[in-house]
Amino acid sequence: MHKQTTDVKELERIANDVRKWSIKMTTAANSGHPGGSLSSADFFTALYFSVMKHDPAKPDWDGRDRFILSNGHICPAWYSVQALAGYFPVEELMTFRQFGSRLQGHPTRGTLPTIEISTGSLGQGFSAAVGYALGLQLAGKPNKVFVSVGDGELEEGATWEAAMAGSHYKLGNLIAVCDRNGLQQNGSTEDLIGLEPLAGKYTAFGWRVVEAEGNDMAKVLDAFKKALAPSQKPTMILFKTVMGKGVKFMENDHQWHGKALPQDKAEAALKELG
Amino acid sequence: MAVKLSTVEKPLLEATRDGFGRMLAALGEKDSRIIGLSGDLNDSTRIDWLKEKRPKQFVQAGIAEQNMVGMAAGLSLAGFVPFAATFGAFTFRAADHIRVSIAFSNLNVKIVATHCGVTTGEDGGNAQVLEDIAFFRSLPNFTVISPCDSLEAEKATEVAAGLQSPVYLRLGREKVPIITSAETPFSLGKAEVFHDGDDVAIIATGLEVNEAMIAARALAKEKISARIINMHTIKPIDEETIVKAAKECGCVVTAEEHQVTGGLGGAVAEVLGQRQPVPMRFVGVQNRFGESGKGAELLHKFGLTSEFIVKAAKESVKARK
Repeated sequence: MHKQTTDVKELERIANDVRKWSIKMTTAANSGHPGGSLSSADFFTALYFSVMKHDPAKPDWDGRDRFILSNGHICPAWYSVQALAGYFPVEELMTFRQFGSRLQGHPTRGTLPTIEISTGSLGQGFSAAVGYALGLQLAGKPNKVFVSVGDGELEEGATWEAAMAGSHYKLGNLIAVCDRNGLQQNGSTEDLIGLEPLAGKYTAFGWRVVEAEGNDMAKVLDAFKKALAPSQKPTMILFKTVMGKGVKFMENDHQWHGKALPQDKAEAALKELG
Repeated sequence: MAVKLSTVEKPLLEATRDGFGRMLAALGEKDSRIIGLSGDLNDSTRIDWLKEKRPKQFVQAGIAEQNMVGMAAGLSLAGFVPFAATFGAFTFRAADHIRVSIAFSNLNVKIVATHCGVTTGEDGGNAQVLEDIAFFRSLPNFTVISPCDSLEAEKATEVAAGLQSPVYLRLGREKVPIITSAETPFSLGKAEVFHDGDDVAIIATGLEVNEAMIAARALAKEKISARIINMHTIKPIDEETIVKAAKECGCVVTAEEHQVTGGLGGAVAEVLGQRQPVPMRFVGVQNRFGESGKGAELLHKFGLTSEFIVKAAKESVKARK
């Protein structure tokens, strides 16, 4: 099992590495989604280095907590955190999106052993996570299912079908983490098609809602602590984050949702991240 | 030859969905990994019969086909063998989930569609799916099975449960003649020759197999010997039986309760175009939507009854010469 830590400084250092790799790999691929990768880096790091039970030496260990990346486009952060946790060599990150690579543009089952289901068409991983949590519950297994969703992704109607089913079946073993950075491809979520009041919606749908600053490691750990307290309800953690967090010129700019940094900008960003 | 032409004289009638429901319940009793999902269509899809026997092996998804299919994918990851049942028309609601979460992920999920084709009847054109074979057979990793009667539907259900990959099972609402028996072979991807002949090969699927058998009798009276092939597995398709029939008969008719575009006819034409080009005729729905009516009325209106197969067979024989 992966050795976990609650050392905030150590986790912040790893999250910074996740950010650097996410920039390096998208710039090398000249495509991909760096913005959401940077906003999610802190809670992804917390999941893999502090919260989830998992074993990089045995990805199919039955005792593992399950993880599904429903917002598949931010896989640079997911691939990076996995490499840093020891699932595969970090050098492989630089093959991202290239011909023959296991690191496909969106997570594809059959490539890395940790990818349980292919995602990238938004909203689908959420339903799969509900079914997975239900299946584990029916089988009497104690494992948790974590699912990462983007805030823009919640515009997909099927995610609300999934939300209804999650509470109907009292999936206390299901924890959704939402990267509430407020931006999507074409701009602000609230300008495009308003999501608020998001916490109220999930509460009304029968979920336990935890709201937290998603780019503050101590607060991220505290949010997971609340989410792991036993519950009859599934939990939605709304992590308030900043798209492009950590690189000043990227922060809160939706153009970096789905565009790689050009070489000079990437160098500046890496310098800023240290 | 497994089926006698005489069996069409006084056949017992049963819907293919009944055969599915019966076998799924039996499989569920033996294997706790079998789990049924319903989108508020428990009785109509016969998934109820599993629920009655094994209530814990049943998941109600509500009227939410996308989430039903997604949950089925998740249940398969947890080690279950999910059968997600709905009307054929509503599989399209979940088309993207089926493509990415199941086909692209190659997960062990069975999509069961009852109420396929015009014999769905009174509900009308929206409900009479005629495009599903085209969709499912174009998806990599999917196996597509379209049984001709309820006994074959039983066998297909058992075979589907044993496969570790996605399956689409195409079933009907209406009672249709039972033309096979317990002894009729059912081997996935292996078409069955139900009646031998060498003037024309009629390749049919679903309830059109029975229509083709009736057509064969009519053709025999006119000294045209028709080979009737039951193409229960549409993907992977039995190329060898198709090519052999084309070689030996010299012309081919396909018959299906589906649009001729992209369905069984298209699948057979893809094989013959490359390996054994012969004159072909296609019995199926011709680029139209269905409408309300009784099954028999609609089969006739849309050109799917035996007399249309006879006509197509004669035309293809003529084209051969």
